[in-house]
Amino acid sequence: MNNINNEKMQSVNLNAWFGQKQVLKNINLSVKANAVTAIIGPSGCGKSTFIRTLNRMHELVPGAKMSGQILLDGQDIYRDDVDPVQIRRRVGMVFQKPNPFPTMSIYDNVAAGLRLTGAKKGQDLDEVVERSLKQATLWDEVKDDLQKSGTSISGGQQQRLCIARAIALKPEVILMDEPCSALDPIATAKIEELIVNLKEQYTVVIVTHNMQQASRVSDFTAFLYLGELIEFGPTRNIFEYPKNPLTEKYITGEFG
Amino acid sequence: MRLKFTLDNIFKVAAGIVAASAVVILLLNAYILISGSTIVLNRYGLDFITGTNWNPVTGRESFGVLPYILGTIVTSGIALLIGVPLSLGIAIFLVEMAPKAVRVPISYLVELLAAVPSVIFGLWGIFFLRFWILDYIEKPVNAYLGWIPIFSGTPQGLDIFTAGVILAIMIIPTVASVSKEVINAVPNSIREGAYSIGATKWEVIRHWVLSYGRSGIFGAVILGLGRAVGETMAVTMVIGNAVGPSAMPTSLFAPGQTLPSLIANGFLESPTPLEKSAYIGAGLVLLALSLLINVAAHTMVTRLIKVKGGTVE
Repeated sequence: MNNINNEKMQSVNLNAWFGQKQVLKNINLSVKANAVTAIIGPSGCGKSTFIRTLNRMHELVPGAKMSGQILLDGQDIYRDDVDPVQIRRRVGMVFQKPNPFPTMSIYDNVAAGLRLTGAKKGQDLDEVVERSLKQATLWDEVKDDLQKSGTSISGGQQQRLCIARAIALKPEVILMDEPCSALDPIATAKIEELIVNLKEQYTVVIVTHNMQQASRVSDFTAFLYLGELIEFGPTRNIFEYPKNPLTEKYITGEFG
Repeated sequence: MRLKFTLDNIFKVAAGIVAASAVVILLLNAYILISGSTIVLNRYGLDFITGTNWNPVTGRESFGVLPYILGTIVTSGIALLIGVPLSLGIAIFLVEMAPKAVRVPISYLVELLAAVPSVIFGLWGIFFLRFWILDYIEKPVNAYLGWIPIFSGTPQGLDIFTAGVILAIMIIPTVASVSKEVINAVPNSIREGAYSIGATKWEVIRHWVLSYGRSGIFGAVILGLGRAVGETMAVTMVIGNAVGPSAMPTSLFAPGQTLPSLIANGFLESPTPLEKSAYIGAGLVLLALSLLINVAAHTMVTRLIKVKGGTVE
Protein backbone atom coordinates (compact mmCIF):
# COMPACT_ATOMS: atom_id res chain seq x y z
CA MET A 1 0.00 0.00 0.00
CA ASN A 2 2.80 2.38 0.87
CA ASN A 3 4.92 3.27 -2.10
CA ILE A 4 7.92 5.52 -2.13
CA ASN A 5 5.87 8.58 -3.08
CA ASN A 6 3.48 8.18 -0.18
CA GLU A 7 3.62 10.79 2.51
CA LYS A 8 3.46 8.95 5.80
CA MET A 9 3.68 11.96 8.09
CA GLN A 10 3.47 15.68 7.56
CA SER A 11 3.99 18.68 9.75
CA VAL A 12 1.81 21.63 8.83
CA ASN A 13 2.66 25.12 10.11
CA LEU A 14 4.23 23.54 13.18
CA ASN A 15 5.35 25.84 15.98
CA ALA A 16 6.63 24.67 19.36
CA TRP A 17 7.58 26.38 22.59
CA PHE A 18 9.18 25.62 25.93
CA GLY A 19 7.61 28.21 28.22
CA GLN A 20 8.15 31.54 26.44
CA LYS A 21 10.95 30.28 24.21
CA GLN A 22 9.92 29.35 20.70
CA VAL A 23 11.98 26.37 19.51
CA LEU A 24 10.24 25.54 16.22
CA LYS A 25 9.01 28.12 13.74
CA ASN A 26 6.44 27.25 11.12
CA ILE A 27 7.86 23.90 10.04
CA ASN A 28 6.28 22.31 6.95
CA LEU A 29 7.85 18.97 6.18
CA SER A 30 6.80 15.64 4.70
CA VAL A 31 8.09 12.26 5.74
CA LYS A 32 7.94 9.67 2.96
CA ALA A 33 6.84 6.14 3.73
CA ASN A 34 9.45 3.36 3.69
CA ALA A 35 12.28 5.81 3.55
CA VAL A 36 14.77 7.19 6.03
CA THR A 37 14.42 10.90 6.67
CA ALA A 38 17.30 12.55 8.51
CA ILE A 39 16.96 15.75 10.50
CA ILE A 40 20.30 17.54 10.79
CA GLY A 41 21.38 20.82 12.30
CA PRO A 42 23.55 22.27 15.05
CA SER A 43 22.77 21.72 18.74
CA GLY A 44 19.73 23.59 19.92
CA CYS A 45 18.22 23.94 16.44
CA GLY A 46 15.03 22.16 17.51
CA LYS A 47 15.59 18.81 15.77
CA SER A 48 14.88 16.72 18.87
CA THR A 49 11.81 18.80 19.66
CA PHE A 50 10.63 18.27 16.09
CA ILE A 51 10.65 14.48 16.23
CA ARG A 52 9.13 14.53 19.71
CA THR A 53 6.11 16.33 18.28
CA LEU A 54 5.67 13.41 15.84
CA ASN A 55 4.63 10.95 18.57
CA ARG A 56 3.28 13.42 21.13
CA MET A 57 6.22 13.03 23.48
CA HIS A 58 6.81 16.79 23.36
CA GLU A 59 3.73 17.49 25.47
CA LEU A 60 5.08 15.39 28.37
CA VAL A 61 7.63 18.06 29.23
CA PRO A 62 6.24 20.63 31.69
CA GLY A 63 5.75 23.98 29.97
CA ALA A 64 5.87 22.53 26.45
CA LYS A 65 3.37 23.89 23.93
CA MET A 66 2.80 23.55 20.20
CA SER A 67 0.53 24.77 17.43
CA GLY A 68 -0.15 23.56 13.91
CA GLN A 69 -0.80 20.03 12.75
CA ILE A 70 1.00 16.73 12.56
CA LEU A 71 -0.63 14.39 10.07
CA LEU A 72 -0.23 10.63 10.22
CA ASP A 73 -1.74 9.05 7.08
CA GLY A 74 -3.51 12.38 6.59
CA GLN A 75 -5.10 12.43 10.06
CA ASP A 76 -4.12 15.09 12.59
CA ILE A 77 -2.69 13.30 15.64
CA TYR A 78 -3.43 16.31 17.86
CA ARG A 79 -7.19 16.20 17.35
CA ASP A 80 -9.10 16.12 20.63
CA ASP A 81 -10.46 12.63 20.05
CA VAL A 82 -7.03 11.09 19.40
CA ASP A 83 -5.47 9.12 22.25
CA PRO A 84 -1.73 9.86 22.50
CA VAL A 85 -1.16 6.31 23.76
CA GLN A 86 -2.43 4.92 20.44
CA ILE A 87 -0.22 7.34 18.51
CA ARG A 88 2.86 6.24 20.44
CA ARG A 89 2.13 2.63 19.54
CA ARG A 90 1.95 3.56 15.86
CA VAL A 91 4.97 5.87 16.03
CA GLY A 92 7.73 4.23 18.07
CA MET A 93 10.82 5.91 19.43
CA VAL A 94 14.47 5.19 20.16
CA PHE A 95 16.30 7.62 22.39
CA GLN A 96 19.71 9.26 22.45
CA LYS A 97 20.96 7.28 25.43
CA PRO A 98 20.03 3.58 25.41
CA ASN A 99 17.28 3.28 28.03
CA PRO A 100 16.31 -0.39 28.41
CA PHE A 101 14.21 -0.96 31.51
CA PRO A 102 16.73 -1.97 34.20
CA THR A 103 14.24 -3.87 36.37
CA MET A 104 13.19 -6.09 33.45
CA SER A 105 14.89 -8.97 31.67
CA ILE A 106 15.87 -8.74 28.00
CA TYR A 107 12.76 -10.76 27.16
CA ASP A 108 10.48 -8.55 29.24
CA ASN A 109 11.96 -5.39 27.74
CA VAL A 110 10.83 -6.51 24.29
CA ALA A 111 7.52 -7.90 25.54
CA ALA A 112 6.62 -4.89 27.73
CA GLY A 113 4.71 -2.95 25.09
CA LEU A 114 2.67 -5.98 24.06
CA ARG A 115 1.88 -6.85 27.65
CA LEU A 116 0.39 -3.37 28.04
CA THR A 117 -2.06 -4.23 25.29
CA GLY A 118 -3.08 -7.35 27.20
CA ALA A 119 -0.89 -9.96 25.51
CA LYS A 120 -0.38 -12.96 27.75
CA LYS A 121 2.60 -15.20 28.21
CA GLY A 122 3.06 -17.99 25.74
CA GLN A 123 4.14 -18.91 22.30
CA ASP A 124 2.75 -15.85 20.54
CA LEU A 125 4.71 -13.56 22.79
CA ASP A 126 7.81 -15.75 22.42
CA GLU A 127 7.53 -15.45 18.66
CA VAL A 128 7.19 -11.68 18.71
CA VAL A 129 10.18 -11.34 21.03
CA GLU A 130 12.29 -13.59 18.82
CA ARG A 131 11.21 -11.88 15.60
CA SER A 132 11.83 -8.40 17.06
CA LEU A 133 15.26 -9.32 18.39
CA LYS A 134 16.16 -10.88 15.04
CA GLN A 135 15.06 -7.78 13.16
CA ALA A 136 17.16 -5.70 15.52
CA THR A 137 20.09 -8.10 14.77
CA LEU A 138 20.46 -8.84 18.45
CA TRP A 139 18.97 -12.35 18.65
CA ASP A 140 22.19 -14.33 18.09
CA GLU A 141 23.97 -12.38 20.82
CA VAL A 142 21.32 -12.69 23.53
CA LYS A 143 19.25 -15.79 22.73
CA ASP A 144 20.82 -17.74 25.61
CA ASP A 145 20.51 -14.85 28.08
CA LEU A 146 16.93 -13.71 27.60
CA GLN A 147 16.31 -13.71 31.35
CA LYS A 148 19.30 -11.49 32.10
CA SER A 149 18.69 -7.86 32.96
CA GLY A 150 18.21 -5.46 30.07
CA THR A 151 21.11 -3.40 31.37
CA SER A 152 23.57 -6.30 31.64
CA ILE A 153 24.58 -6.03 27.95
CA SER A 154 26.86 -3.52 26.19
CA GLY A 155 25.72 -0.02 25.20
CA GLY A 156 25.39 -0.91 21.52
CA GLN A 157 23.42 -4.05 22.37
CA GLN A 158 21.22 -2.01 24.70
CA GLN A 159 20.40 0.39 21.88
CA ARG A 160 19.49 -2.52 19.57
CA LEU A 161 17.36 -3.88 22.43
CA CYS A 162 15.55 -0.54 22.50
CA ILE A 163 15.02 -0.82 18.74
CA ALA A 164 13.63 -4.34 19.26
CA ARG A 165 11.37 -2.96 21.98
CA ALA A 166 9.98 -0.41 19.53
CA ILE A 167 9.66 -2.94 16.68
CA ALA A 168 7.75 -5.42 18.85
CA LEU A 169 4.69 -3.18 18.68
CA LYS A 170 4.77 -3.24 14.85
CA PRO A 171 4.79 0.53 14.60
CA GLU A 172 4.37 2.27 11.27
CA VAL A 173 7.02 4.88 11.96
CA ILE A 174 10.19 4.64 14.06
CA LEU A 175 11.69 7.87 15.39
CA MET A 176 15.34 7.86 16.39
CA ASP A 177 16.81 10.72 18.40
CA GLU A 178 20.58 10.64 17.81
CA PRO A 179 20.59 6.88 18.43
CA CYS A 180 24.37 6.48 18.02
CA SER A 181 25.66 9.49 19.92
CA ALA A 182 26.51 7.41 23.00
CA LEU A 183 28.05 4.51 21.04
CA ASP A 184 31.48 3.54 19.73
CA PRO A 185 32.17 3.36 15.95
CA ILE A 186 31.60 -0.42 15.65
CA ALA A 187 28.27 -0.29 17.48
CA THR A 188 27.36 2.75 15.40
CA ALA A 189 28.07 0.89 12.15
CA LYS A 190 25.79 -1.96 13.23
CA ILE A 191 22.93 0.40 14.04
CA GLU A 192 23.36 2.27 10.77
CA GLU A 193 23.16 -0.97 8.83
CA LEU A 194 20.07 -1.85 10.80
CA ILE A 195 18.42 1.51 10.03
CA VAL A 196 18.86 0.96 6.31
CA ASN A 197 17.25 -2.49 6.61
CA LEU A 198 14.37 -1.19 8.73
CA LYS A 199 12.98 1.02 5.99
CA GLU A 200 11.76 -2.03 4.08
CA GLN A 201 9.02 -2.38 6.67
CA TYR A 202 8.95 0.92 8.50
CA THR A 203 9.20 4.61 7.95
CA VAL A 204 12.23 5.97 9.78
CA VAL A 205 12.95 9.50 10.97
CA ILE A 206 16.39 9.98 12.47
CA VAL A 207 17.86 13.01 14.19
CA THR A 208 21.61 13.23 13.93
CA HIS A 209 24.34 15.79 14.35
CA ASN A 210 26.65 13.56 12.36
CA MET A 211 26.43 14.58 8.71
CA GLN A 212 28.29 11.51 7.45
CA GLN A 213 25.69 9.41 9.17
CA ALA A 214 22.87 11.34 7.53
CA SER A 215 24.46 10.91 4.11
CA ARG A 216 25.07 7.18 4.71
CA VAL A 217 21.65 6.13 5.94
CA SER A 218 19.03 8.60 4.76
CA ASP A 219 17.02 9.10 1.60
CA PHE A 220 15.83 12.56 2.52
CA THR A 221 17.46 15.20 4.66
CA ALA A 222 16.05 18.24 6.40
CA PHE A 223 18.35 20.97 7.68
CA LEU A 224 17.06 22.87 10.70
CA TYR A 225 18.68 26.02 11.98
CA LEU A 226 17.49 28.09 14.97
CA GLY A 227 14.07 26.48 14.84
CA GLU A 228 13.52 27.05 11.13
CA LEU A 229 13.52 24.54 8.30
CA ILE A 230 16.23 25.88 6.02
CA GLU A 231 16.27 23.21 3.37
CA PHE A 232 14.66 19.85 2.70
CA GLY A 233 15.09 17.40 -0.17
CA PRO A 234 16.64 14.13 -1.30
CA THR A 235 19.81 13.55 0.72
CA ARG A 236 22.03 13.58 -2.36
CA ASN A 237 20.79 16.97 -3.45
CA ILE A 238 21.23 18.44 0.01
CA PHE A 239 24.80 17.23 0.29
CA GLU A 240 25.94 17.75 -3.29
CA TYR A 241 23.93 20.74 -4.49
CA PRO A 242 22.67 22.64 -1.45
CA LYS A 243 20.50 25.54 -2.57
CA ASN A 244 20.76 27.59 0.58
CA PRO A 245 24.17 29.10 1.44
CA LEU A 246 23.49 28.33 5.13
CA THR A 247 23.09 24.63 4.33
CA GLU A 248 26.30 24.67 2.36
CA LYS A 249 28.16 26.33 5.22
CA TYR A 250 26.85 23.74 7.67
CA ILE A 251 27.63 20.64 5.62
CA THR A 252 31.08 21.90 4.73
CA GLY A 253 31.73 22.32 8.43
CA GLU A 254 32.02 26.09 8.58
CA PHE A 255 29.84 26.10 11.70
CA GLY A 256 28.03 23.54 13.77
CA MET B 1 56.03 0.21 60.34
CA ARG B 2 55.75 3.40 62.32
CA LEU B 3 52.63 5.50 62.19
CA LYS B 4 53.47 9.02 61.13
CA PHE B 5 51.62 11.88 62.73
CA THR B 6 50.42 13.44 59.53
CA LEU B 7 47.17 15.34 59.39
CA ASP B 8 45.77 12.56 57.22
CA ASN B 9 46.53 9.85 59.77
CA ILE B 10 45.11 11.88 62.64
CA PHE B 11 41.95 12.40 60.66
CA LYS B 12 41.75 8.69 59.85
CA VAL B 13 42.03 7.71 63.51
CA ALA B 14 39.51 10.36 64.59
CA ALA B 15 37.02 9.24 61.96
CA GLY B 16 37.54 5.63 63.06
CA ILE B 17 36.79 6.51 66.67
CA VAL B 18 33.63 8.38 65.73
CA ALA B 19 32.47 5.49 63.55
CA ALA B 20 33.23 2.97 66.29
CA SER B 21 31.21 4.98 68.81
CA ALA B 22 28.01 4.02 66.99
CA VAL B 23 28.80 0.36 67.54
CA VAL B 24 29.91 0.99 71.13
CA ILE B 25 26.65 2.80 71.97
CA LEU B 26 24.57 -0.06 70.59
CA LEU B 27 26.60 -2.67 72.47
CA LEU B 28 26.50 -0.61 75.67
CA ASN B 29 22.74 -0.35 75.33
CA ALA B 30 22.38 -4.08 74.85
CA TYR B 31 24.71 -4.76 77.77
CA ILE B 32 22.75 -2.53 80.18
CA LEU B 33 19.47 -4.11 79.09
CA ILE B 34 20.80 -7.66 79.36
CA SER B 35 22.49 -7.17 82.73
CA GLY B 36 19.49 -5.25 84.07
CA SER B 37 17.07 -8.01 83.12
CA THR B 38 19.07 -10.97 84.48
CA ILE B 39 16.94 -11.12 87.65
CA VAL B 40 13.68 -11.53 85.79
CA LEU B 41 15.13 -13.76 83.09
CA ASN B 42 16.74 -16.09 85.64
CA ARG B 43 13.50 -16.40 87.53
CA TYR B 44 11.04 -16.84 84.63
CA GLY B 45 13.23 -17.94 81.74
CA LEU B 46 11.30 -18.33 78.50
CA ASP B 47 8.03 -17.77 80.40
CA PHE B 48 8.93 -14.09 80.41
CA ILE B 49 8.39 -14.06 76.63
CA THR B 50 5.45 -16.47 76.43
CA GLY B 51 3.64 -15.50 79.64
CA THR B 52 0.52 -13.37 79.48
CA ASN B 53 0.17 -12.20 83.07
CA TRP B 54 1.79 -9.07 84.45
CA ASN B 55 1.33 -8.64 88.19
CA PRO B 56 3.78 -6.65 90.32
CA VAL B 57 1.97 -7.21 93.63
CA THR B 58 4.46 -8.70 96.14
CA GLY B 59 3.80 -12.34 96.79
CA ARG B 60 1.77 -12.74 93.59
CA GLU B 61 4.39 -11.58 91.11
CA SER B 62 4.15 -12.72 87.55
CA PHE B 63 5.78 -11.13 84.55
CA GLY B 64 4.99 -12.12 80.93
CA VAL B 65 5.33 -9.77 77.97
CA LEU B 66 3.57 -11.70 75.20
CA PRO B 67 0.47 -9.43 75.11
CA TYR B 68 2.70 -6.37 74.68
CA ILE B 69 4.82 -7.96 71.96
CA LEU B 70 1.62 -8.77 70.08
CA GLY B 71 0.18 -5.33 70.88
CA THR B 72 3.27 -3.71 69.39
CA ILE B 73 3.09 -5.87 66.25
CA VAL B 74 -0.65 -5.35 65.74
CA THR B 75 -0.62 -1.56 66.21
CA SER B 76 2.42 -1.23 63.92
CA GLY B 77 0.71 -3.49 61.37
CA ILE B 78 -2.40 -1.29 61.36
CA ALA B 79 -0.13 1.75 61.00
CA LEU B 80 1.53 0.26 57.91
CA LEU B 81 -1.76 -0.94 56.41
CA ILE B 82 -3.24 2.55 56.61
CA GLY B 83 -0.14 4.71 56.45
CA VAL B 84 1.82 3.18 53.57
CA PRO B 85 -0.85 3.49 50.83
CA LEU B 86 -1.54 7.08 51.91
CA SER B 87 2.16 7.90 51.95
CA LEU B 88 2.72 6.39 48.51
CA GLY B 89 -0.27 8.32 47.20
CA ILE B 90 1.19 11.55 48.55
CA ALA B 91 4.63 10.79 47.12
CA ILE B 92 3.28 9.83 43.69
CA PHE B 93 1.04 12.88 43.55
CA LEU B 94 3.85 15.23 44.52
CA VAL B 95 6.41 13.88 42.03
CA GLU B 96 4.31 12.72 39.10
CA MET B 97 1.28 14.95 39.07
CA ALA B 98 1.45 18.14 41.12
CA PRO B 99 2.56 21.33 39.37
CA LYS B 100 5.58 22.92 40.98
CA ALA B 101 3.50 25.64 42.65
CA VAL B 102 1.67 22.91 44.60
CA ARG B 103 4.55 20.46 45.05
CA VAL B 104 6.87 22.72 46.99
CA PRO B 105 4.45 23.90 49.71
CA ILE B 106 2.83 20.46 50.14
CA SER B 107 6.21 18.72 50.40
CA TYR B 108 7.20 21.23 53.04
CA LEU B 109 3.98 20.68 54.99
CA VAL B 110 4.37 16.89 54.88
CA GLU B 111 7.89 17.19 56.24
CA LEU B 112 6.67 19.64 58.87
CA LEU B 113 4.29 16.93 60.08
CA ALA B 114 7.38 14.96 61.15
CA ALA B 115 8.37 17.84 63.42
CA VAL B 116 5.14 17.72 65.42
CA PRO B 117 6.01 16.32 68.89
CA SER B 118 4.35 12.97 69.52
CA VAL B 119 2.62 14.24 72.65
CA ILE B 120 0.69 16.67 70.42
CA PHE B 121 -0.55 13.73 68.35
CA GLY B 122 -1.49 12.07 71.63
CA LEU B 123 -3.47 15.10 72.78
CA TRP B 124 -5.21 15.35 69.45
CA GLY B 125 -5.99 11.64 69.62
CA ILE B 126 -7.36 11.69 73.14
CA PHE B 127 -9.48 14.85 72.76
CA PHE B 128 -10.67 14.56 69.19
CA LEU B 129 -9.69 11.62 67.02
CA ARG B 130 -10.87 8.88 69.36
CA PHE B 131 -14.44 10.23 69.41
CA TRP B 132 -14.45 10.55 65.66
CA ILE B 133 -13.12 7.00 65.26
CA LEU B 134 -15.59 5.71 67.84
CA ASP B 135 -18.68 7.26 66.22
CA TYR B 136 -17.85 6.86 62.55
CA ILE B 137 -15.77 3.69 62.39
CA GLU B 138 -15.85 1.52 65.48
CA LYS B 139 -19.56 1.68 66.36
CA PRO B 140 -20.83 1.03 62.81
CA VAL B 141 -18.25 -1.69 62.15
CA ASN B 142 -18.99 -3.28 65.52
CA ALA B 143 -22.75 -3.17 64.88
CA TYR B 144 -22.51 -4.97 61.55
CA LEU B 145 -19.35 -7.04 61.86
CA GLY B 146 -19.21 -7.49 65.62
CA TRP B 147 -19.51 -11.27 65.18
CA ILE B 148 -15.96 -11.29 63.77
CA PRO B 149 -13.68 -11.60 66.82
CA ILE B 150 -11.34 -8.75 65.86
CA PHE B 151 -14.31 -6.31 65.71
CA SER B 152 -16.06 -7.62 68.83
CA GLY B 153 -16.58 -6.06 72.25
CA THR B 154 -17.88 -2.66 73.33
CA PRO B 155 -15.89 0.02 71.53
CA GLN B 156 -14.64 2.87 73.72
CA GLY B 157 -12.35 4.68 71.30
CA LEU B 158 -9.29 4.22 73.50
CA ASP B 159 -8.00 1.02 72.02
CA ILE B 160 -5.64 -0.77 69.68
CA PHE B 161 -7.34 0.51 66.54
CA THR B 162 -7.10 4.16 67.59
CA ALA B 163 -3.44 3.66 68.49
CA GLY B 164 -2.86 2.15 65.04
CA VAL B 165 -4.51 5.11 63.32
CA ILE B 166 -2.45 7.61 65.31
CA LEU B 167 0.68 5.66 64.40
CA ALA B 168 -0.38 5.62 60.74
CA ILE B 169 -0.59 9.42 60.77
CA MET B 170 2.75 9.65 62.53
CA ILE B 171 4.62 7.49 60.03
CA ILE B 172 3.21 9.29 56.98
CA PRO B 173 5.77 12.11 56.93
CA THR B 174 8.67 9.64 57.12
CA VAL B 175 7.36 7.17 54.55
CA ALA B 176 6.01 9.87 52.23
CA SER B 177 9.11 12.05 52.16
CA VAL B 178 11.55 9.17 51.70
CA SER B 179 9.32 7.63 48.99
CA LYS B 180 9.13 11.03 47.33
CA GLU B 181 12.91 11.20 47.12
CA VAL B 182 13.04 7.64 45.80
CA ILE B 183 10.45 8.32 43.09
CA ASN B 184 12.15 11.58 42.25
CA ALA B 185 15.39 9.68 41.69
CA VAL B 186 13.84 7.40 39.06
CA PRO B 187 15.52 8.53 35.82
CA ASN B 188 13.26 10.35 33.40
CA SER B 189 14.64 8.19 30.57
CA ILE B 190 12.77 5.24 32.07
CA ARG B 191 9.48 7.13 32.08
CA GLU B 192 10.08 8.26 28.48
CA GLY B 193 10.89 4.72 27.38
CA ALA B 194 7.65 3.50 28.91
CA TYR B 195 5.59 6.29 27.36
CA SER B 196 7.17 5.56 23.98
CA ILE B 197 5.76 2.02 23.95
CA GLY B 198 2.28 3.28 24.69
CA ALA B 199 2.03 3.18 28.47
CA THR B 200 -0.52 5.41 30.16
CA LYS B 201 0.48 7.60 33.07
CA TRP B 202 -0.96 5.08 35.52
CA GLU B 203 0.93 2.22 33.86
CA VAL B 204 4.18 4.20 33.88
CA ILE B 205 3.80 4.77 37.62
CA ARG B 206 2.68 1.26 38.46
CA HIS B 207 4.94 -0.87 36.27
CA TRP B 208 8.01 1.32 35.93
CA VAL B 209 8.36 4.01 38.59
CA LEU B 210 7.29 1.87 41.55
CA SER B 211 9.15 -1.16 40.22
CA TYR B 212 12.37 0.79 39.74
CA GLY B 213 12.05 2.37 43.17
CA ARG B 214 10.83 -0.72 45.03
CA SER B 215 13.90 -1.29 47.19
CA GLY B 216 13.98 2.37 48.19
CA ILE B 217 10.27 2.39 48.93
CA PHE B 218 10.69 -0.78 50.97
CA GLY B 219 13.38 1.03 52.93
CA ALA B 220 10.97 3.92 53.50
CA VAL B 221 8.36 1.49 54.83
CA ILE B 222 10.88 -0.05 57.22
CA LEU B 223 11.84 3.39 58.50
CA GLY B 224 8.15 4.01 59.15
CA LEU B 225 7.80 0.63 60.84
CA GLY B 226 10.76 1.42 63.08
CA ARG B 227 9.07 4.63 64.12
CA ALA B 228 5.75 2.84 64.77
CA VAL B 229 7.33 0.07 66.83
CA GLY B 230 9.21 2.47 69.08
CA GLU B 231 6.60 5.24 69.40
CA THR B 232 5.72 5.70 73.06
CA MET B 233 3.94 8.88 74.09
CA ALA B 234 1.07 9.08 71.61
CA VAL B 235 0.35 5.36 71.93
CA THR B 236 0.37 5.49 75.71
CA MET B 237 -2.23 8.25 75.58
CA VAL B 238 -4.75 6.48 73.34
CA ILE B 239 -4.27 2.71 73.61
CA GLY B 240 -6.19 2.24 76.87
CA ASN B 241 -3.22 0.69 78.70
CA ALA B 242 -4.61 -2.73 79.52
CA VAL B 243 -2.41 -4.88 81.74
CA GLY B 244 -2.18 -8.63 82.13
CA PRO B 245 -4.10 -11.25 80.14
CA SER B 246 -6.72 -8.67 79.06
CA ALA B 247 -3.98 -6.85 77.16
CA MET B 248 -3.89 -9.72 74.64
CA PRO B 249 -4.93 -8.07 71.36
CA THR B 250 -7.93 -10.26 70.56
CA SER B 251 -10.16 -7.41 69.40
CA LEU B 252 -9.02 -4.22 67.65
CA PHE B 253 -11.73 -2.35 69.56
CA ALA B 254 -10.43 -3.30 73.02
CA PRO B 255 -7.79 -1.56 75.11
CA GLY B 256 -4.31 -2.94 74.63
CA GLN B 257 -0.71 -2.17 75.39
CA THR B 258 2.58 -2.03 73.52
CA LEU B 259 6.07 -2.65 74.88
CA PRO B 260 6.95 1.07 74.89
CA SER B 261 3.67 2.08 76.55
CA LEU B 262 4.09 -0.67 79.18
CA ILE B 263 7.51 0.67 80.10
CA ALA B 264 6.37 4.30 80.08
CA ASN B 265 3.36 3.50 82.29
CA GLY B 266 5.17 1.40 84.83
CA PHE B 267 8.49 2.99 85.32
CA LEU B 268 7.29 6.08 87.16
CA GLU B 269 6.49 4.15 90.31
CA SER B 270 9.29 2.99 92.57
CA PRO B 271 9.45 -0.68 91.72
CA THR B 272 10.95 -3.61 93.55
CA PRO B 273 14.23 -4.94 92.09
CA LEU B 274 12.31 -7.77 90.38
CA GLU B 275 9.73 -5.41 88.88
CA LYS B 276 12.43 -3.01 87.73
CA SER B 277 14.22 -5.91 86.11
CA ALA B 278 10.97 -6.90 84.37
CA TYR B 279 10.61 -3.45 82.80
CA ILE B 280 14.22 -3.52 81.64
CA GLY B 281 13.51 -6.99 80.25
CA ALA B 282 10.59 -5.54 78.29
CA GLY B 283 13.03 -2.98 76.92
CA LEU B 284 15.40 -5.76 75.89
CA VAL B 285 12.57 -7.53 74.05
CA LEU B 286 11.67 -4.26 72.31
CA LEU B 287 15.27 -3.74 71.18
CA ALA B 288 15.43 -7.33 69.94
CA LEU B 289 12.14 -6.86 68.05
CA SER B 290 13.42 -3.69 66.38
CA LEU B 291 16.69 -5.37 65.39
CA LEU B 292 14.82 -8.41 64.10
CA ILE B 293 12.57 -6.26 61.91
CA ASN B 294 15.56 -4.43 60.48
CA VAL B 295 17.57 -7.57 59.76
CA ALA B 296 14.55 -9.29 58.20
CA ALA B 297 13.83 -6.22 56.09
CA HIS B 298 17.42 -6.06 54.95
CA THR B 299 17.52 -9.67 53.81
CA MET B 300 14.13 -9.29 52.12
CA VAL B 301 15.33 -6.26 50.17
CA THR B 302 18.43 -8.09 48.92
CA ARG B 303 16.44 -11.17 47.97
CA LEU B 304 13.78 -9.14 46.20
CA ILE B 305 16.38 -7.44 44.05
CA LYS B 306 18.33 -10.60 43.27
CA VAL B 307 15.29 -12.62 42.28
CA LYS B 308 13.54 -10.09 40.05
CA GLY B 309 16.15 -7.71 38.74
CA GLY B 310 19.06 -9.87 37.77
CA THR B 311 21.29 -6.98 38.73
CA VAL B 312 21.58 -5.05 41.94
CA GLU B 313 20.63 -1.43 41.52
